[in-house]
This record gives sequence, C-alpha cells and structure tokens, in this order.
Amino acid sequence: MTPRLSLRGVAKRYGEVMANDGISLDVAAGEIHALLGENGAGKSTLIRIIGGLTRPDCGTLEWEGRPVRLQSPAQARALGIGLVFQHFALFDTLTVAENIALALGDRYPRAALSARIREVSATYGLALEPERLIHDLSQGERQRVELVRCLLPAPRLLVLDEPTSVLTPQAVRALFVTLRRLAAEGRSILFVSHKLEEVRELCDVATVLRAGRVRGTAIPRAETAASLARLMLGTEPAVTQREPRTPGATLLSIVGLSTASSPRGGATLRGVDLELRSGEIVGIAGIAGNGQRELEQAISGETLAGETRAGAAGEVRLNGVDVGSLGVAARRRMGLRSVPGQRLGRGAVASMSLAENSVLSGAAAGLVRRGLVQWGAARAVAAAILRRFEVRASGVEARAETLSGGNLQKFLVGREIEFAPSVLVVAQPTWGVDVGAARRIHDALLALRAAGAAVLVFSEDLDELFAICDRLGVLAAGRLSPLEPVGQWSTESIGRRMAGA
Amino acid sequence: MLAMAGLVLGALGVEPLAAFRAMFVAPLDSRYGWGELLLKATPLMLCALGLAPGYRAQIWNLGAEGQLTLGAIAGGAIGAFAAPRLGVFALPSMLLAGTLAGMAWAAIPAYLRTRWSTPELFVSLMLVYVAQLLLSYLVHGPWRDPAGHNFPQSPPIPDSALLPTLADGVRVNIGFGIALALAAAAWWFQRATFASFRLSVAGLAPAAASYAGISERRNVWIAMLCGGGSAGLAGVLEVAGPIGVLQPSISPGYGFTAILVAYVGRLHPVGIVLASLLMSELYLGGESAQLEFRFPAAVSGVMQGALLFFLLGAEFFIQSRLRVTALRHP
Repeated sequence: MTPRLSLRGVAKRYGEVMANDGISLDVAAGEIHALLGENGAGKSTLIRIIGGLTRPDCGTLEWEGRPVRLQSPAQARALGIGLVFQHFALFDTLTVAENIALALGDRYPRAALSARIREVSATYGLALEPERLIHDLSQGERQRVELVRCLLPAPRLLVLDEPTSVLTPQAVRALFVTLRRLAAEGRSILFVSHKLEEVRELCDVATVLRAGRVRGTAIPRAETAASLARLMLGTEPAVTQREPRTPGATLLSIVGLSTASSPRGGATLRGVDLELRSGEIVGIAGIAGNGQRELEQAISGETLAGETRAGAAGEVRLNGVDVGSLGVAARRRMGLRSVPGQRLGRGAVASMSLAENSVLSGAAAGLVRRGLVQWGAARAVAAAILRRFEVRASGVEARAETLSGGNLQKFLVGREIEFAPSVLVVAQPTWGVDVGAARRIHDALLALRAAGAAVLVFSEDLDELFAICDRLGVLAAGRLSPLEPVGQWSTESIGRRMAGA
Repeated sequence: MLAMAGLVLGALGVEPLAAFRAMFVAPLDSRYGWGELLLKATPLMLCALGLAPGYRAQIWNLGAEGQLTLGAIAGGAIGAFAAPRLGVFALPSMLLAGTLAGMAWAAIPAYLRTRWSTPELFVSLMLVYVAQLLLSYLVHGPWRDPAGHNFPQSPPIPDSALLPTLADGVRVNIGFGIALALAAAAWWFQRATFASFRLSVAGLAPAAASYAGISERRNVWIAMLCGGGSAGLAGVLEVAGPIGVLQPSISPGYGFTAILVAYVGRLHPVGIVLASLLMSELYLGGESAQLEFRFPAAVSGVMQGALLFFLLGAEFFIQSRLRVTALRHP
C-alpha cells in the first residue's frame, strides 16, 4: 500500500549545524507514528518541513504517492496535513469559535461554524463550548481548541508536537482515546515526543532521531523504555544517585500565602504553606500557569507579601526572619537565590554579554563594590560557570541571545549555584536541556543539598522530580497540596492533584 | 540625506552647492567661527550627556529646555543681584545654584512618576512652558533692571562673575571645558558604575531588572536628576557666558535639540561630543544661510529633522531586512 507520507533523504542545514541529515520516513494510513528524539535531535525542523513552514535543502516528499514541493503552510493544509504545535497560538481575548474562524478563513459561515465545532468535539470526545473565552480555559482545554481547529478541515495526517507536555496524566489518557479513534478512521498521526512510556503505550511505529539523523525504527510495544532510551541517546541512560540525608533546620517557611488577583490575569495563590529545610530538595509538580510564577516571585521578593492589595496575605520567613517586606536584593544578600522559568528577558538580558549577565544577580556577591562593577571579577565568574557547566559559548563576551536554549539554561542555573546560595528556587531546571546537561544540573543541585542548602524545584517533568526530590507537593489552581515524601506519591496520585481533586 | 537636502534647497530656488558652502564651510572659515561652533556645542553636549542615561533606561525626560531655563534663572539671579557680595565665590555658587535648580525642576516629574505613575514624558515637557513663562514674568516684572531703559532684562552680571573666554577674539569660554570634563565623567559612569548598569538593564529588559532586584524608583530619580542637573548647568553657562544677563529667551531650543544629539550620538558620551559639534554646525550653517540667501529660519530645523530621520532609518535597515512578499490566498 502507498504510504500517506513518504520522506526520502530530507536535509536541512542551519549554519554549521545539520538539523536534518538525510532523513527518510514513511507514515502509513491509519498509523500512529512516533517521532522520538532528544531536544535538538531535529524533530522540530522535520515537522516544520512537513508542515510547509520550512523548505528542505534537499530530499523529496511524497504525499500519497505523488511527489510534492511544499511552498507554504496553506498548501500543506490544502493537501490534508494538520499541525498542532507545542505552544498554542490562540488569542486569549477571543472566543473558541472566533479563534477557530480566524484560522479557517472564509471556508465556513459563522453560524454554521459553531454547529460544526460542537459536532466535531462531540464525535471525538473533545468537550468544548464555542462561546467561551480562551483565557478562561485550562491548558488541556486550550489544546482541545487547537485540536478541533486542526480537525475541522478533516486532515488525513495530523502532526502533534509534544502534545502531552502541558497535560495532566488524566488529560493525557483522554487525548490518547481521541487519537486512537482518529487513527481508526484511517487518519495518520505523527506523534512527536521524547516521553518513552507514552510512545510505548500509544504508537504503532517509532522513528528515532539523534543529531539530525534517523538512528533506527522500532515497534515501541516490542521494546522496553530502556532499549528505546538507548536508541534515542546512543548511550546507556545515566541514573542520578541520591544519597539519603536527614534534613536540618528550617531555612524557608511560608504560611498562608495568598496573592491578589491581577487585572492582567494569571493565577492567584490561595493559602500556600511550605517549609524548606537545610539539606533537602522539595519539588513542586504541576503545569505552569497554576501559580508557579507567582509563588516563585513571592519567594524571591519580586512581589512583596506586604503589598497593599486586596487579597494578599501571608508570611515568608527566611532563617526565621520575616522577609515579607524585603525586596529581591535584600533577600539575595541573605542567601536566597532563584532561577526564573523565563530565561531570555528575565533570567538574562538578551543583548548583554555573559559577563554582564553575571552582574545581574551577582551584585550582592562581590561583583559590585562601592557602587562600581568589578568587571574583572564578573568575567572570572562567567568563565568559571562556562567551565563548570560545560556551557557552549564563544566566551564570556558572547551575548546571551547567541546561546542555544539549553546552554543558556546551564549558564543561568550555573550562575546561581556558583554564588553558593543557602536557599535556591529553580523553575524548570532542565527544560530544553540535553540528557548530559540535565544530569550535570541534577548533580549540581544534589551537591548543593549535600552542602546543606535547601532547594525548591518547580517542574512539569515528573521523572525529574522523582529522581532528585526528597519531598513533593502539587501546585494546582493556586493551591499547594501537603508536601509528602517522594515515595508516597505515584504518577496517578500526582495527576489527581493536578486535576484539582 | 544630502540628496534630500539638495532637493529642499533646490525647491527654495538656490544653487545647492553654493548653499552647502554657505551652510557647512563659511561658518568655519574664521577663528571666530570655530569659537562659535564650540560655544553652541557646549549646551547641546551638556544636556545630551545628562539625558542619555535616562534614555537608555527608557525614562523620557523631554524637559531639558525647561530645566535649562531654571538653571539660568537661579544662576543668573545670583550673578545679577549677589555677585559683588560673593566675590570670588560668585561664579562657583552660580554654577552650583544652576545645577541644583535644574535638578529641582526635574525632580517634579520624577516625584510624580514614582509616587503616582504620572508619565514623566508629558510632565517634563509641559514644565518647559511653565519655566519659560516664569522667566518671562521675572524679567518683565520683579527682576527688571531699573537702569535698563524698560527692556525686559535683569541687571547685567558683572564681568567678574562671567566665564573667562578661552582665547581673545572668540566667545567660547571655559564652559566648553566643563562640558568635555562632564563627557569624560559620563564615559566613566557608563563603563564603571553599577548605577549605569541598572539603567541599561531596565531599558533592555524590564523583567530582568525586576528579577535582578533593580529599583525602578531609584532609576527614575537618578536619570531625572542627571538630566536636570546637567541641563541646569548648561543654562547657567549660557547666562554667565555669551548672554551675560537674564532675558526672556535664553536658548534657541538647545534642550530639545539635545534629544537629537543624544540619539545621533547613540547615547554614548563620545558619540554625543561629536554629535553636538555636528548639530552646532547645523545651527551656525542655518544662521549663515539665512544671512546670505534669506532662507527661512525653519531650514536649519528641517536639516536637523532630516538628519535624525535618516539616522534612525539607516539603523532600522541595518538591523532588519526588508523582504517583499506576495500575499497568497489559499
């Protein structure tokens, strides 16, 4: 039988990097095909080529047996290729129906559209109210909007880029039911992921990419997670060792922390209690947007507990001292440091050099004396971070924006660790970082713990939390569950908490 | 820029080359001309040096003209009424008073911004007109020289309290040296101090400034006081230099032209020194062309505007590439 989509020798070069190097791949009708690979393996480039967003340097693409040259996303859509990206492209202030109408153009009259949306969402079990505003929807519901928008023109190939990264385990289950039904109708699905268990559960075939090349194909059900990981990484997956340790004195305590609701939207914290002791790593599981940023900023001092806004309440103590009214710089001098989830623009200034970016959070740590920046010391610190965390950069004068996401992440985590904090708050420590670097970051966090620091980790990656944390809690809709030892949690119990049960 | 200038001049019915000669060469064919160039560059340089740190932080002080006027009022008042009593301290206390008065005028928008989030852009700009009317009231009313034949002028500042000129036969005075010293200080400030680093971070990435714990309030105060202080100093240097008296008009818009100087100089002290000389040349050229060809006074304004327009345009095209694409319909 002719495959629905067939790629032969597709290559794409970006500067020095071969993002795709002679990739060949067949997706059959009605098949759920996994595209498996680490961050930076070339998955994104490949799906951009399939979606008509990027043109390959060479290679051919056949659609149902006929060679095609995709010139635009519109052409790919017309053929029957639908893409759902990892990051949603929805307008917050418009309704579901309006968002969908915008993407479809004039193909459907507005009155008929709402009916079509209801019909499609009922058929595939994607409950949606066409008249609701996007900003009222959860991440899972927003993904349904993207899916329905993609399904309305009845595509014959559906490409999903890391679709489960923002979903609770229960929502993942529901998504899989929908995807199986779509496949049963004869639609093909290209499921892009690096999550091995999901691929084993859902997919019929897997194509594994590493460093821009196809390293093998596999029947995921016939493989173990470990054998897939070997294929994906090229080496044995490293296991992080966590020595048992008795936690010491309480370094950070938060009691009854609530934040005021902001007119700009965003989550509000409701009565968060948290205690962080010396020599432990505490994990906060949960999908970003449930109060992670608000909690991170209330701890770091960017928002003050004492701010006179209705609804704000609670107490933040550092080493027993009430720091509710102290700003970022004062708390940093007391040994509290943080790595924000947003790297460029928040954790680092894009157009400044790495040396300058060390000064950003290093002023309290000796990089500024009597109002003067110690540039020599700043360059030395930046160089030390580059060495210790193997950050790939042209040097300490390289601008932050020239680093890849993973390298910048290593630099930012490394910067805060380099300044030897007693309390470290890290948001998404290994987001977008390759396995080797993730290992290094985890080891550095564990070394801090061994040195008696207290570490708080916000992460969407449950495997990461299980690997490094002593205690875990789930932050959902602004409420933090009690923090329990990591052994008392399971994926299911965390998922129930994420869903607000 | 040159082509556009040529077109404008052509439209005015003048041989462009002759006009260029009159505008760019004639003003500098004498020692006196060079002196004038440096003299007019001084207030531009001072105001722009003070504005630049704020602009880097996206703090918009558009009121340097008003702060300059207040500096002139405060310094001029001491010069006109108290100079003999102060003796050798007359000039230093005039310079100090002018600087402080400029700062005080800039403190108004700074306070309103930090206390009530009032946009400093509008407040500082509107205070320009308040300052000019205040000066006009003073020289028409309470401070008018009784021996001045009813001219709206204060009593003249005695020679002993005027700035010494740099050489015979030129009007440029040690104020130019003060401006150059300030440029060196600004260069050091930008390179070495944490205060300047905080301003840059706030301008480039406000969220990163918040993460770093940089106080917006402190940034606003530092930026506004820098701008106000140096504009006030520029004002008192004018009255204690070429003008020598308080009169209704102190500046032909130096405080506004300084905004262009700051940007043409790319907010860098060395660039600002060069840009102030260029702008000063445009002022002189405009005057000389007015005399020689009876150009309207607006022509030099058009030239200044065109220069900034082309500069910003060039910067845009250096940083972005224009691509012509056809709209495709599915």
